[in-house]
Amino acid sequence: MLKVRVIPCLDVKDGRVVKGVQFVDLRDAGDPVEAARAYDLAGADELTFLDITASHENRGTILDVVRRTAEQCFMPLTVGGGVRTVDDVRTLLHAGADKVSINTAAVNRRAFVGEAAEKFGEQCIVVAIDAKRVSKEGEENRWEIFTHGGRTPTGIDAIQFAREVVDLGAGEILLTSMDRDGTGQGFDCALTRAVADAVHVPVIASGGVGTLDHLVDGIREGGASAVLAASIFHFGTFTIREAKERLAEAGLPVRLDV
Amino acid sequence: MSVAIIDYNSGNLHSAAKAMERAALDVGAEQVIVTNDPEIVRTADRVVLPGVGAFADCRAGLDAVPGMVEAMTEAVKERGRPFLGICVGLQLLAERGLEHGVTDGLGWIRGEVERIAPSDPELKIPHMGWNTLQTAREHPLLAGIPTGEGGLHAYFVHSYHLKPADGIDLVATTDYGSTITAMVARDNVAGTQFHPEKSQRLGLALLANFLKWHP
Repeated sequence: MLKVRVIPCLDVKDGRVVKGVQFVDLRDAGDPVEAARAYDLAGADELTFLDITASHENRGTILDVVRRTAEQCFMPLTVGGGVRTVDDVRTLLHAGADKVSINTAAVNRRAFVGEAAEKFGEQCIVVAIDAKRVSKEGEENRWEIFTHGGRTPTGIDAIQFAREVVDLGAGEILLTSMDRDGTGQGFDCALTRAVADAVHVPVIASGGVGTLDHLVDGIREGGASAVLAASIFHFGTFTIREAKERLAEAGLPVRLDV
Repeated sequence: MSVAIIDYNSGNLHSAAKAMERAALDVGAEQVIVTNDPEIVRTADRVVLPGVGAFADCRAGLDAVPGMVEAMTEAVKERGRPFLGICVGLQLLAERGLEHGVTDGLGWIRGEVERIAPSDPELKIPHMGWNTLQTAREHPLLAGIPTGEGGLHAYFVHSYHLKPADGIDLVATTDYGSTITAMVARDNVAGTQFHPEKSQRLGLALLANFLKWHP
């Protein structure tokens, strides 16, 4: 039986982990490769790097991180952040990423998703959708895509956009609720459910995890195939193992190999 | 001893090579070479064909390397070298692929590559993530690897799978709303639909078994 995936996400800036990872004694808590190894050993099902490097000159730092991670971690690795061209996708895949996540570039030009999927296969193209609820209390639920860390509205309906990018060849959707991100209040399960029901590819729920029950809700109520979280793991609030055990207690299939 | 990993511009060769190097450390030094040189493949002790993407693209990529299919065929069919196909590398062993039209495979394993069809329409495609293996028969590449529902997990990412025409070629399956081909083998040729290079313990154990395999 296919297992529900638990995915830690590391924000990487200029080749360093933002805020560091504090759940184990690492020689260098800011080294993404050490953090990746720790998560690999802890039984994470996949790992996601989000590159938030701002300056163009330092864009190459993520490639070195990916290369060194792929040498040591034999688990699936997704890399996103600033992916704008087919060449960006190719470079990351060749460095050792298994999947590449496309965000703003897909919003700006949807055809890019199709070009990347055609070139490298749908299985490695993830579209990251950052959505905010725009419907008012009592209205029918509606979510819009926001860019620039949730600051810039685009007027694009999130559910419709998800359908379009999947039709173009996205193999997976990484769905972040910008209302919930960083709040610890749990996923926006109505949003997750709406997208999961709209597309035939797996949806990763993201944004807002504060407790282990939130992970269960993302799968059960949201219909997600995988759950992504950052701070609850990095700060050692919960281990990957604890997360999986809670999912298992809730009757969801998980992998406890490690 | 040399292991040739065939480079035909299909996706992530780096991790296949690194995982093979790691497995080789456990088994004794072997030379792992990522190559698009048919001469190296022809004379390699073991041959690995990775592959991600669509069947037709991968077939075209392989054909675009002059002499590569002939070199693989000589190494495997005439010299009897152990061969491992991974993901689309396994699928290419079939007679035909049915993804985006009909494309000829290598025909080393009889059967076609068809879209997976879970009985439950709720199930997502691609089949993406960790799943267990059910063995159809014993095989040296699975030696010492716990299988079955309580066994180790393998990492899958695919929408198509090879349906072997000869049941004996089927080594292992996985359950995703229907029975899906996870591993095939015939003589010195083996293939995994899952990615051993991404499957942590199970994957490294399988690659080490491949390096020790004397079919």
